[in-house]
Formats: sequence, C-alpha cells, structure tokens
Amino acid sequence: MAVATATDASSGPLQLAASLGKSQSTKALLRVIILCFIAAAAVASRLFSVIRFESIIHEFDPWFNFRATKYLVANGFYSFWDWFDDRTWHPLGRVTGGTLYPGLMVTSGVIYHALRALAVPIDIRNICVLLAPAFSGLTAFAAYLLTNEMTPSPSAGLLAAVFMGITPGYISRSVAGSYDNEAIAIFLLVFTFYLWIKALKLGSMLWGALCALFYGYMVASWGGYAFITCLVPLHSFVLVVMGRYSSRLYVAYTTWYALGTLASMQIPFVGFLPVRTSEHMPALGIFGFLQIVAFLEYVRSAVPSRQFQTFLYLSLALIFGVSLLGLVGLTAAGYVAPWSGRFYSLWDTNYAKIHIPIIASVSEHQPTAWPAFFFDLNMLIWLFPAGVYLCFQHLADEHVFIIVYSLFASYFAGVMVRLMLTLTPVVCVAAAIALSQVLDTYLVIKSPNPEDSIADEVVEDTTKKGGKKFPTLLRGVSAPVVGIYNVAFKFLLAGGMTVYLLIFVQHCTWVTSNAYSSPSVVLASRMPDGSQHIIDDYREAYQWLRQNTKEDAKIMSWWDYGYQIGGMADRPTLVDNNTWNNTHIATVGKAMSSREEVSYPIMRQHEVDYVLVVFGGLLGYSGDDINKFLWMVRIAEGIWPDEVKERDFFTARGEYRVDGDASETMKNSLMYKMSYYNYASLFPPGQATDRVRGVRLPDTGPVLNTLEEAYTSENWIIRIYKVKDLDNIGRDHAAAASFDRGNKKRKATKKRGPRTLRVD
Amino acid sequence: MAKKSASAAAAAAAPTASTTTADSGATSTTTTTQMVTKGSASSSIQQTIFTVIQNYQKTTPQRTKLLDAFLGFIAVVGALQFVYCVLAGNFPFNAFLSGFSATVGQFVLTVSLRIQTTEANKAEFPSVSPERAFADYVVGSLILHFFCINFIN
Repeated sequence: MAVATATDASSGPLQLAASLGKSQSTKALLRVIILCFIAAAAVASRLFSVIRFESIIHEFDPWFNFRATKYLVANGFYSFWDWFDDRTWHPLGRVTGGTLYPGLMVTSGVIYHALRALAVPIDIRNICVLLAPAFSGLTAFAAYLLTNEMTPSPSAGLLAAVFMGITPGYISRSVAGSYDNEAIAIFLLVFTFYLWIKALKLGSMLWGALCALFYGYMVASWGGYAFITCLVPLHSFVLVVMGRYSSRLYVAYTTWYALGTLASMQIPFVGFLPVRTSEHMPALGIFGFLQIVAFLEYVRSAVPSRQFQTFLYLSLALIFGVSLLGLVGLTAAGYVAPWSGRFYSLWDTNYAKIHIPIIASVSEHQPTAWPAFFFDLNMLIWLFPAGVYLCFQHLADEHVFIIVYSLFASYFAGVMVRLMLTLTPVVCVAAAIALSQVLDTYLVIKSPNPEDSIADEVVEDTTKKGGKKFPTLLRGVSAPVVGIYNVAFKFLLAGGMTVYLLIFVQHCTWVTSNAYSSPSVVLASRMPDGSQHIIDDYREAYQWLRQNTKEDAKIMSWWDYGYQIGGMADRPTLVDNNTWNNTHIATVGKAMSSREEVSYPIMRQHEVDYVLVVFGGLLGYSGDDINKFLWMVRIAEGIWPDEVKERDFFTARGEYRVDGDASETMKNSLMYKMSYYNYASLFPPGQATDRVRGVRLPDTGPVLNTLEEAYTSENWIIRIYKVKDLDNIGRDHAAAASFDRGNKKRKATKKRGPRTLRVD
Repeated sequence: MAKKSASAAAAAAAPTASTTTADSGATSTTTTTQMVTKGSASSSIQQTIFTVIQNYQKTTPQRTKLLDAFLGFIAVVGALQFVYCVLAGNFPFNAFLSGFSATVGQFVLTVSLRIQTTEANKAEFPSVSPERAFADYVVGSLILHFFCINFIN
C-alpha cells in the first residue's frame, strides 16, 4: 500500500514522503495501520456468503463440528471430553471425545464464554460462523512474522501478510460459515513454523517450548499436524547433511520434540500414535540422530583433528543407516504401524483407487490440475519459484526451511487438491520475498554516485594488495558501476508490479465472490429476469424430519449427509462423514444397491425408520445420489463381492444408464426405485426426463413394495421414504402390495403348489 | 559391524595423533602420542577416549560437572525404567511413556542448559545469557512435568 502511493507521486513529494517514512516511529505506525487494514481485508473478503445468504454453517463436516461445539457449550468441558454419541452410527455409536480433534470446538467454546464474561452474549452459531474469518486475520499476521524472519527487507513481511490474507487458496477453506478444522489449523501451522524458525535462529529453549505448545494446539486441531511432524525433522536432517549442525539446532529441535510429543499425546485421538506409527518415526529418528551428532560433535571439539572428522562423518552415516534398517525391521515385525491408507495414497497415487474406494470417492482427494494453481494463487504461482531461488542465494538455516517446505508442499499439492491449503502459506512467503526483492531494487530513487564507488574500489584495492597503490585510475580500467539508474525504467517496473498487484487483488475478490462463497446447503439459481431464486430443499426436508418424526427415528442415507442430518434434523443416522467403519458404510451401500427383498431385511436389522435419498433429476442438480451410486456399489462390492457386482449395473455395452435401457439390476436397485418413484407422473405422458443425466425415462416408473413415500421436497431434491412394518398376516411385502393393487387372481388355481413340510 | 568400524578408526586415527599434539600444543599428550604412532586399532580408540576424559577433567568448570552428574543420574533412571519395561511388560503404557519421556525430556533440557551455559558456545547464543538459559530451563521443565503428570493419569 505504501508502495502504491510512492510510485505515483512525483519526485518532490516523493522525497518528502521518503523523509517522512525515515523516522522509526512513523514506520511502526505505518506497519500497524497496514496490518490492521490487511486483517480487515482478510475478514471482509470472507463475508460474501453471510451477506448474500445468511449466517449459517456450510458444507458437511462443519455441521458435526457445530453440533459438537453446541454440546460442549451446553454440557461443559468434562462431559464433552467423555462424550459418547449414541445418535450416530446407529447400532454402534461413536466415542466422540476420543475420535475428534477438540481444538476447534474448545477454541470457540472459550471465545463464547469470554464474550459472555465481557457481557457480550453472542449466539454460539455466530461464533462458529465467524471463527474462520477472525482467524484468517491472525494467519496474515503470522505470515508477516514468518516472512520477517526470512529477509531483512521491510516490505516482505507486509506483502506476505496481504497475500496470505486474500489469496483464494486459503479463502476456499476459511470463508464465513466454513467451520472446519482448517479454519484455525492454518494459523497454527504458520505460527508454529514461525516459532520453530525463531527457536532455531536464537537456539532458545523458551521459543522451542512455545513452538511445542503451539504444535500441541495444532495437534488438537487438525489431522494435518503430521505435516509439521515430518517437515521439522526433515529440515533438521537437511541441515545436518549440509554440515550446518549447530548447538542451536540441537537445543531447538530436542526441546520441540520432547515437549511437543508429550503435548501431542495428551489428545485422546492421537494417544500413543507418536511412538507407534510410521508418520511420526522421522521425528523420533532425527531426535535420536541429533543426540549422537551432538555427542560426536563434543568429542570432536575435545579431540581436534581433521582425520577424525571424516571418521566421524563415516560413523554418523553408518549409525543413520543402521537405525533406518532398524526402523524398517520394526515396521516389518509389526511393532510400528505402517503408513495409514490416507498417507500412503500420497506416495502411491493409485493405491486408494484400487484398495480403498472410500478414500478415492472423496472429490478432494483427486490430483490437482494446472488451472487450479493459477485459479487459487494467480500471480503468486510464478513469483513462488523466484522466491525459492532467492532463498538459495542467501541460504541461511531458515531459507533451507522454505526450500524444503516448498518442495514437499508442492508435491503434496500436486497429488491432492485438498493439500493446496498447506502449499498456500509457503507460496505467499516465497512470493513476498521475490516481490520485495524486486521492489527494493527498483523503488530506490537515488542512484549511487559513480565517483564514490570508484573511490571505494581504490580503497579496497589498496587494502587487498597491501602497499601497491593506484593514485588515480582511468575510468575504463575500473569496473563499471552495475545497476539500474534510469528513473524511467524504475517507474516502468514499479508501475508494472503495482498493476500486477492490483490485478491480483481483483482476481482474489472475483474468485472468492464467485467460486468459494456458496453455502452448499442453500442452492442459488438465477431467474430469467436476473433475480435470484433460492432453492432450499435441504433445510425444508431436514426440518420436516425434525418436526414430523419420532425423536429417535433412525435415518438411513448415504454417508455424505450423515452430519447434516445429525445437525439439522437432529435424528440418529446409520453412517456419517466420519468414515471410521468401512463395513457399516458398505452395509448401507449394499442396502441401497440391492433388490428390495435383500435390502428390507438389512433395514429391519438396523432398525431403520426412514430412508433419505438426494435426487437432482428435476432440477439438474448433479451432486445427487444416482451420480454417487457407483461408489456405493464399489464400496459394497469390496465387502460382498458375490452379492453386489459393479458390472451388473451397466448395460450390455458397458454404459451406465438410467432410462428404459438400464440394466435389470439397476432398475431393481433400491436407489433407482427411490429416486424415480412416481417421477414420471410429474410430466405429461412420454415427456419424463432426467435433467442431470439428460435422458428420457419410461412412462411407468418403478414400484416400491417395502417402502412408502413419506416426504418429497419442493424441487424433488430430497426424498424421504418410510420403511413399512412387517405385514400383519405374515405375507411378504411383494405379495401384500400386489394384493392391494388388486392383482387378485380371477380364477382360484386348483392346482396345489409344491408344499413344504411344516415344522413346528 | 563393530570390527569394521574399529578398522576404519584405525585407518583414520593413525595419522591423527600427530595433528592432535600439534593442535593441543602444550598439553601432556606427548607420551600417549608416541604410543599411538605405533598404531594398533584398539589403542587409538583408547587414546581418543583417554584424551576426551582428560580434556573433560581439565577444562570443564565445577558447575557444568554438577550438571553432568545430574545427567548421569537421569540416564540411569531412564535406563532402569526401560529395563523394567522390557522385563515386566508395558501394561500401563501411558505410565511407562510418561515416566520414560520425563527422563528423556529432562535429559535433553539439561543438555541444552549445559550447552548454553558453556563458555565456548557463547558466540553461538548471543541472545541467551546464563541466567536467561536457566529461566528457560525452568519454564521448559515445568511444561514437561505438567504434561507428564497429566499423561500418567
């Protein structure tokens, strides 16, 4: 911002402005003002959805976090810690206190009570909605601190802060209403890294302990803490290998590890994982390695010799190799758990698709396409490599960190869309380093005097060559003064950079406004006259469930909607977005994809009262259950390969169709029947179309025997069916329904059917 | 493996001795040096250890030796716990972990304090005075013990 004002002023006021900025207090004041503006911009750009729609929780996962927060606020901390939730995973229940990261809920609970204590009673929902924007301001500040550690340039920190504040790569996960773990985790990530760099630079135990505390908070907040546990040891290892071992590294790392590991083990969900799983082994290994390095360094300082040094390095390499082999042995023997599927799929990118369809089925777990990088980071993506290059030029300990971080985060962001989030901070920092370098070069209006530099050189020469004197040099003999001194060029370049910065701001605002600010619970569409039409079927249906069903009516739906049903309809569900029990999800998948005769017993066994499906055929809402249906089939097939076969759901030519040519298995599947039940009656004969699949449907829709339609929302997006009770006189449902439809046999058959022996 | 590293040490340490004397100058290692130049593997390692111990006894101040005594005590306590865990099984695993990591954590914190208060390392820690180092040590230990007591249940 200061940059923009400086460039378009002419040189008279420019000097004035420059002299104004010279004094230390003015600089500090400017910094504070700029940071406040950045925080305000970060918060303001996240409020599109609240202003356009309303202050509600978006998406799926945040509904669980919201529900847990409400529980925490209502029942206090201790009962939250031991919360057994019997309203999810119906027959099983969920030990919620031990299977969640409590950081987010506790943070908003603390804010809630603090505001109450200040006599500002705010609804917990509003705190949850606005938590992410509030923390994004803090993230911008953390990025400022981190970047200031990297470069002495006065502008780099502020640039990084503003990048971090408004870049869409981070906004996408932190708009108002997106009450997800990432909302506070990115702040903690950046701040932990800042503390780590600080601890490493100063070699101070206190900063190391602070880093460990914030690392503990990060562990309490997000599963992505594994990124820190792997990155910090990696950084230390690279430093040791580069021969940059110092006792500062020892102090910082061991303090961080000893305290941070204990801190992370306090979280019930993490428990003993830090000593038992492969993800945490790098940290432990480097901890042990540093002890040995430190000891041998001590020995080396006591026995000074160059030969001994090579021996030391050899033995260090040997020890490292042996302990690596030991780790491999322990993993093979089963003492250390191997990589979990989610992490393993980052290395072997095909692993999830083949072995764990439930991981591959999530859209966030797909590889990232190139346009996504430009879309989320705009100009930062091409400043990023330049910033990393500049880090190579200086290459202090903290620059090694940026290099290691950028390499790893780029790889992970390339493998998984979702991990773009961990890439964004380092992109902001590196881009700010590069851009501030450019600005520092071109915004200096004063050229150095060539005479001075020649004089300098002469002095240097005399000191170097000691005694040999050149009283006067020819101008041609002395090295030319290299640099850009043309004011026009400086203006051109600084102006160009300013234009890019302005475009960046515009791009960020546009992306935030158009792509990332829609609350998926409410669908907005435009009418032909440009007015907005809100489609609110989700809440309509959930509200119906909440008001018109028994308090403990069990709802079966695909796991995507589990959290929303629990949060909005407040009814027990069978499966939800916390996909901890794959078999249970496969059971629901089997019930959805089988014939009614097969799925009815399954539903009876699980005491299902209502079945909920999402159908977008009328409106052209593509994220419906028919489009997700193949994943249900695949997940069910993983458990019951004999009963559910994906091949059966395709036509003979291998097409996935829903119209008249659909395969018999498809037409008889419960999901198909529930989606298209009575659908043809909406249209005049022969006109029934499915707008998502774009096909014409047969006039006679499917027949449902074991379910009855309970509710269908206005735009047919949510359809709820009630599971019928057993027949009063013991017939099966098909026979009973057939009887009710009047398909009585006209003539009583005289022939006796094959009877079986009655066994009492 | 031990044999291999020993032979490597022999190769490395044979010319070592002369530089040792050259660097340490007036120290009293001349007699041992002559012994080493004859050059057998075990004696060179012995010589190294001997030099280290001698160096330690001569140059380490009293306060640091006190710290080292404490370090030795912690190491013994940790080793005892580990041996007991190996012998008796790790049933309350959290108790073992918190006890053991208390010793490990206290050990590394004390080593850090030792590093920061050593005269020779002064250049590396320009911002840490010995008093500051001790205060950091106290804070770090308090946090460590809080976590350990919380974790042992």
